[in-house]
Amino acid sequence: MSVFRRDPFDPDQSLEHQHHAGCGHGHSHREPASPSQCHRERCHQERCHEQECHEQDEQRNTDHDVTQATLSSEDAMSRAVETAVVKAIFGQSDVSRRKVLAAAGAGVVAEIVRGMFPLDTAKAMAMEIGKIEKPDLSIGFIPITCATPIIMAEPMGFYEKHGLNAKVRRASGWAMVRDWAITKEVDAAHMLSPMPLSITLGAGSPKVPFYMPAVENINGQAITLANKHKGVRTAQDMKGFRFCVPFEYSMHNYLLRYYLAEGGLHPDKDVQIRVVPPPEMVANLKAGNVDGYLAPDPFNQRAVYENAGFIFKLSKEIWEGHPCCAFAISQEFAHTHPNTFLALFRSIVDATAYASDKSNRKEIAKAIAPRNYLNQPVTVLEQVLTGRYATGLGGIGNVPDRIDFDPMPWHSMAVWILTQMKRWKHVDTDFDYKTVAEEVYMATKCNELASEMGYEDRTKTYTKHVIMGKEFDPAKPDEYLASFPINNL
Amino acid sequence: MNPKTWRLPRDPKWWQAKILSVVILVALLGGWQYATSRPAFDPTGKTEDELMLLEFNGDIVMNDAGDYVFNEEKTSGVPGPLLVGKKIVEELSHPFHKNGTNDHGIGHLIFYTVSRFSVGFVLASVVAILVGVVVGLNPVIFHAVNPFLQVLKPISPLAWMPLLLYTVQKPTITAILVVFMASLWPTIANTAFGLSSIDKDYLRVSRMLEFGWFRRLFTVILPAAAPAIVAGLRISFGSALVAVVPAEMLLGELGVGYLTWIEWNNLDIAGVLFAILVVGFVGFLMDALFSKLSKAASYAT
Repeated sequence: MSVFRRDPFDPDQSLEHQHHAGCGHGHSHREPASPSQCHRERCHQERCHEQECHEQDEQRNTDHDVTQATLSSEDAMSRAVETAVVKAIFGQSDVSRRKVLAAAGAGVVAEIVRGMFPLDTAKAMAMEIGKIEKPDLSIGFIPITCATPIIMAEPMGFYEKHGLNAKVRRASGWAMVRDWAITKEVDAAHMLSPMPLSITLGAGSPKVPFYMPAVENINGQAITLANKHKGVRTAQDMKGFRFCVPFEYSMHNYLLRYYLAEGGLHPDKDVQIRVVPPPEMVANLKAGNVDGYLAPDPFNQRAVYENAGFIFKLSKEIWEGHPCCAFAISQEFAHTHPNTFLALFRSIVDATAYASDKSNRKEIAKAIAPRNYLNQPVTVLEQVLTGRYATGLGGIGNVPDRIDFDPMPWHSMAVWILTQMKRWKHVDTDFDYKTVAEEVYMATKCNELASEMGYEDRTKTYTKHVIMGKEFDPAKPDEYLASFPINNL
Repeated sequence: MNPKTWRLPRDPKWWQAKILSVVILVALLGGWQYATSRPAFDPTGKTEDELMLLEFNGDIVMNDAGDYVFNEEKTSGVPGPLLVGKKIVEELSHPFHKNGTNDHGIGHLIFYTVSRFSVGFVLASVVAILVGVVVGLNPVIFHAVNPFLQVLKPISPLAWMPLLLYTVQKPTITAILVVFMASLWPTIANTAFGLSSIDKDYLRVSRMLEFGWFRRLFTVILPAAAPAIVAGLRISFGSALVAVVPAEMLLGELGVGYLTWIEWNNLDIAGVLFAILVVGFVGFLMDALFSKLSKAASYAT
C-alpha cells in the first residue's frame, strides 16, 4: 500500500518496497502483542493496516511531505496506475528512473509518458473493472492443517474483507478436490503444490490448464512410524517397509522418495508406497497394516495422540521451507473473472501472512478446529501450529516453524517438483521446465500483490534450494536430474 | 443334569421374551460400560513434563476446578455406551443447525439422503417399468435384450460412479444416478419376466372384448404382472439403500453416509457408531414405509 502513496514522477521518491521490521518477510504490520484486537481491526477497517504503514512512511520521508495527505480511493487508484506504468517503463531499476526524472524534470517525463501511454484511459479502465464479477464463491479443501489460510479466511473474515462471500467445502480426498476443480463444482481449490502442474500437463487426469497463485504452507509434514519401529535410525533400517502418502502427485510422495533414495533405498523396489487418504493412515498404523507414512498434519500428531506412532522426522529436516499445499484456480476462471480472482488472491495472501505470525497460531487453531472445518481436537491442532508438541518418544519437541505459511510460489520450486516427476516417471510427456513452471506458478503476480499489500516483495522468482544438504540450481534441472544414482529414468 | 429338563416351555407368555430381551440389552450395555470404564486419574508422582505429555495426547484434561481428570472423550478402543449415549443426545438435541457449508444437523442430513434416494429410486422405477413392459410384451425383444440385462444387472452401482462423475460432472447428480443405477436392473428384469409370463388367457379375453392397447395395459397386463413388478421394486429398493451411503461417502455429498465418513475422519468412534445407528434407523423406516406401499399395491390387484 505504502508504495502507492508515493508519486512515481518524483525523483526523490523510492518505489522500492521498504524492508523494515513490521513489513518484512511476509509478516503483517501489526505488533504481535494484541493479535485478536488487531485482527478485528484488520477485518472491519482496513485502516489499521494502512495507518501504521502510513506512519512508518512518514518517519522515513520526513523531508518529503508527499504521503501525509490521505488520498481518496480514486486518487490512490490513479496513483497506483501511474506507478505501475512508470515501473513498467523503467523495469525494476529504480535508480535509472530517478536519474531520468532528475535530469529531465518530472513534468516533462510525465508528459512524455502520457504521450506514450494513454494514462487517463488506463486509469478509467482500472476503476471500471474494479467490480467483483462473482462474489459468491465455493472453495474446495481437504481437512488438514496445510489448508489453514484457505479455511480460516472464512471464519476470520479475510474473504469478506476483500469483498467476497466465499464458502469452503470439504472434500474427503485429493482426487475428489481435483475432480471438483476440473468440473467447476468449486471455483477454486486447495491442492497439493505438484497438482496444478500435473493437471496442466494432463498427468493422471484430464489436461486442464491451472494456475497456482500462492503456496499455502511451507514445511508442516512429517515421517511418522509405528511404535514398534522406535529403533529405526536411518533410511536403511526401513527396507521392506510399507508406507503411505496422501496422493501420487504430492510433496509427500516426492519428499519421502527423496529421503529414501538419499539413504540408498529405491522407493519402488525396496519399499512399498501406497496412496491412502490421511485419516485412514492413523487407523492403518494402529492396526499394524503399514509401517509409516509421510503425511500432512494433523495426522502425524494425531498418530501420537492415538498412541499409534511417533514422529520420526519433520519434513523441514529434509527440505527447510519446502512448499506443500497450494491455492489453485483454473486459468479459465482467472481469465473470465479477473477481479474476483484478484480479490481471492489478495484474501489468500493476506490470510497466509496472518497465519505466518506465530502469535496468531493459538487463535487460528481454535478457529479451524470445529466440525465445519478440520473436525479435530484443539490440542492436536495447537501442537502442530505452535510447534510445541509431544514427539511420541516420551519427549516434548519445540520447533516453532514445524509448519509455516508463505504464499510465494517460487518458479524454482515448480522446477524441482518437475524434476522429481521426471525422476520417478510420473510424467511421460516431454516439457520445458521453465515454460511449465512459469505458466502455472504465479510468482511474479504474487510478488506484485505482496508488495502492493505491504508484504515482502521477493523481486525474483527463482532461487536456489538446499535439500538434504544438496544444492538445487533451477537453471540446471537436467544436470540435477542426472546426478541421482537412484531413479526410474 | 437330566436332559429331559431341556424342553421349550409349551406356552410362553408374550412378555417372557420381551423381558428377556431387555435383560440381554442391559447385560450387554453394562458389560460394555464396565469393560470401558477407568478409575479416576491420580496425578501424584508425575512430573510437570509427564502431565503436559498426557495433556498433549489428550489423555487428561483440566476440569473447571483446575484438576486433571481423564479425558472421557478419548478412548483407546471402542467407546462405552455412556459416551455413545452422550453423543446421540448431543446430536439429536440440535437436529436442524447449520454451521457453514460442511456442518449440518442430523435432520438435514437425513433429509438430503432420503430426498437423493427418493429421486433416484422413483426415476429408476418409472424408466425400469416402461422398459420392462416393452421388453416383456415382445418375445423377440425380450430374447434380444435379455443377455444385456444379465450382464448389466450384477454390476455394482458404485462401479458406475467414476464414469458418471466423468460424464455428468456434478457430484449431486452423480449420487442420484448411482441410486438410479442400483434400482434399475432388478425392476426391469422382474417387470419383463412378470409380463412375459402372464396367463395367455387374460390376453385372449381382453382381445375378445376389443380393449384398446392402453386399456389392456392398465386393466389387464400391469395388474397381472403387479406381484412380479413389486418384487422387482423391493429388490431395487434394497440395493439402492445399500448404494446411497457409500456414494455419499465417496462423493462428499452431505447426508448420513457423509456423516459416517467425517466422524471416521475425526477418528471419533462414538460418532461413527451414532452414524451407523442413523443409517440403520433410516433404512428401517424407509423399508417399513415401502412395505406398506407395496402391500397396498398388491392388494389393489
